[in-house]
Amino acid sequence: MSVTAITSKARGLEELAGREPVSDGDQPAWVAGMRRAALEWVADHGFPTLKDEDWKYTPVKTLLEVPFELASTSAGRVLSSAMIDELAGDLGGTRLVFVNGHLAAHLSSLTELLDGARVTSFASAFLDDALLLEPVLAGTWPGYRHAFTALNAALAEDGVLIQIQPDTTVSAPIQLVFVSDAGATPVMSCPLVVVLAGARSRATIVETHVGFGGVYLTNAVTEIVLGDGAQIEHYKIQDEAETAFHFAALHVLPGRDSSFSTNGLALGAAIARHEVWVRLEAEGAEVSLNGLYLPTGKQHHDNPTFVEHIAPHCTSRQLYKGVLSGHGRGVFNGQIVVGHEAFDADAHQVNKNLLLSDTAEVDTRPRLEIFTDDVKCTHGAAVGQLDEDAVFYLRSRGVPHQEARGVLTYAFAQEMLELIKVEPLRSHVESKVTSRLGAGNAEARR
Amino acid sequence: MMLKIENLHASIGGKEILRGVNLEVRGGEVHAIMGPNGSGKSTLAQVLAGRDNYEVSGRVLYDGQDLLALSPEDRAATGVFLAFQYPVEIPGVGNLYFVRTALNAVRRHNGLEPIDAIDFLALARERMRLVEMDESFMTRSVNEGFSGGEKKRNEIFQMAVLEPKLAILDETDSGLDIDALRVVAQGVNALRSEGRAMLVITHYQRLLDYIVPDVVHVFAEGRIVRSGGKDLALELEQYGYTGLDQSRSLASAGVPDRATP
Repeated sequence: MSVTAITSKARGLEELAGREPVSDGDQPAWVAGMRRAALEWVADHGFPTLKDEDWKYTPVKTLLEVPFELASTSAGRVLSSAMIDELAGDLGGTRLVFVNGHLAAHLSSLTELLDGARVTSFASAFLDDALLLEPVLAGTWPGYRHAFTALNAALAEDGVLIQIQPDTTVSAPIQLVFVSDAGATPVMSCPLVVVLAGARSRATIVETHVGFGGVYLTNAVTEIVLGDGAQIEHYKIQDEAETAFHFAALHVLPGRDSSFSTNGLALGAAIARHEVWVRLEAEGAEVSLNGLYLPTGKQHHDNPTFVEHIAPHCTSRQLYKGVLSGHGRGVFNGQIVVGHEAFDADAHQVNKNLLLSDTAEVDTRPRLEIFTDDVKCTHGAAVGQLDEDAVFYLRSRGVPHQEARGVLTYAFAQEMLELIKVEPLRSHVESKVTSRLGAGNAEARR
Repeated sequence: MMLKIENLHASIGGKEILRGVNLEVRGGEVHAIMGPNGSGKSTLAQVLAGRDNYEVSGRVLYDGQDLLALSPEDRAATGVFLAFQYPVEIPGVGNLYFVRTALNAVRRHNGLEPIDAIDFLALARERMRLVEMDESFMTRSVNEGFSGGEKKRNEIFQMAVLEPKLAILDETDSGLDIDALRVVAQGVNALRSEGRAMLVITHYQRLLDYIVPDVVHVFAEGRIVRSGGKDLALELEQYGYTGLDQSRSLASAGVPDRATP
């Protein structure tokens, strides 16, 4: 990674990274140490540039010129639970709402949580759950991959720790809503989510990022560690304001014979990058990574995935679809590495893109590196346009041109929406996608 | 007059396919257009439905309106329907949803409220029976994985729901076995009515045993070369397209005298 020198003239993220950490008397030594090390990492490595292989399509330069400050707790507007329902959907289970990165207790609801599961805000978890957190945050994931995750470690003030005890099933989804309400000055928040799923536990986690406009950066990290046989369904809805920046990394460490799925939707933000990292270190684990990105206007949606098959008998499935319109730009950069010991690895990766305008652009780079025999690995990528014969067929039946295109576009995206098993979330997402794609009434579709 | 085509020309990529078509169809009439492959029959159907990849000149009056000035969806909304020779497969779009979207688009265009879901289901069931279509085709994706015969039944089913004033059936018999042909023809016949005109395009006479036309036109090299009663189809069957005396029809069909290439 090339180094951007952090000088005294630096401002924005570089200046934030160059500041002396605020000494907080309440902070345990390991937290302070982790934060200091993370800042040093940023100082040593700098922010990624287009010269970095994994960042060659996503410009960070404009972001570095924005004079971000850390977001404060107070939001400009008064929020209500009804507004959160509207923004993120009412899923009827446990809900934690963070405003500008800080827990908003009055909007959160923990009542639905069953015995055997704990949801704690970090402000207290740093103190009380050090034994659990320290290995995850300061050790499990081998080093920082880039300055954004390091910055999150250095600056995350709040977030959530979700612990699910072994053999526990949490049936209602656990909903995490991150609301950004930037005022006149650009702000950054660094939410951190840690999920520790005990052996044979089951739960559904839904992360939604929304915002009210203004310039802001959400720099999020989610760490999910699955015990043996655990089953976790994860959803990530990125519906930020279109003036926002969204950088997020999801790190997944599945246990033996565990199963993990994530379904991501990228709708908002000016520039968004949602990374998914999976280390298949334990035998027999299965992961399914899915994503739908819909950049329009001048939006940029980058979707890198990194799947490492390390242990034998693991399965990974990836299906990413993009619908790109206007001057929208999409990136799918999917890397699968099958290591020497990963016998019987079964890895599939598919990326399909639909370009709706001549000015939309997509870069798709499926990458597969295999270092052992006896594996089943496939990958494929496709970029296409709407089938004009199908458009005419619909028009010849009376469906107006734009609506016909919308119906066909929605049909392309629908496969991804069908993967959403949480019914209220699916209808929330369907209406978002329908209005984005101009596809008429989603209800009538079934 | 329901449909009046005057000196219609159409070309694609500089290649002229329709070379001066003249045709008049009254409400309630069924006209058959017969002709060899490559004579331009399907192009005529596509141009009338509004396919925009052709350079078109001439005039088409439909119910007194300039049909060529309308978009495909507006043509459909005012009652023009094309049963496709090759119905398009649309993965991910449910068949019934598709037909309901179409019906509601047409209703909206005509200032009507969208049809209620329950009423639509009843209507769809009834119209599917007309072409002996199994109800499992309601939820399947439009034409996806349908056999040739199922696709053609689906076209006539759509026609039965949309109730057009001018139906153009493009080679609806192609790819059908005799049983499917009988079912499809039965559906078409049930839809014959005073206010509805039909243009039945076919390569073979056998369809006309089931759908008996009022007028038969012979199409060759991009225009109608001969017109007559239903017996003309039998004559064609007997002598073939090459055996017909083409010159006889030119004057009777009102085609201006042109040098034949």
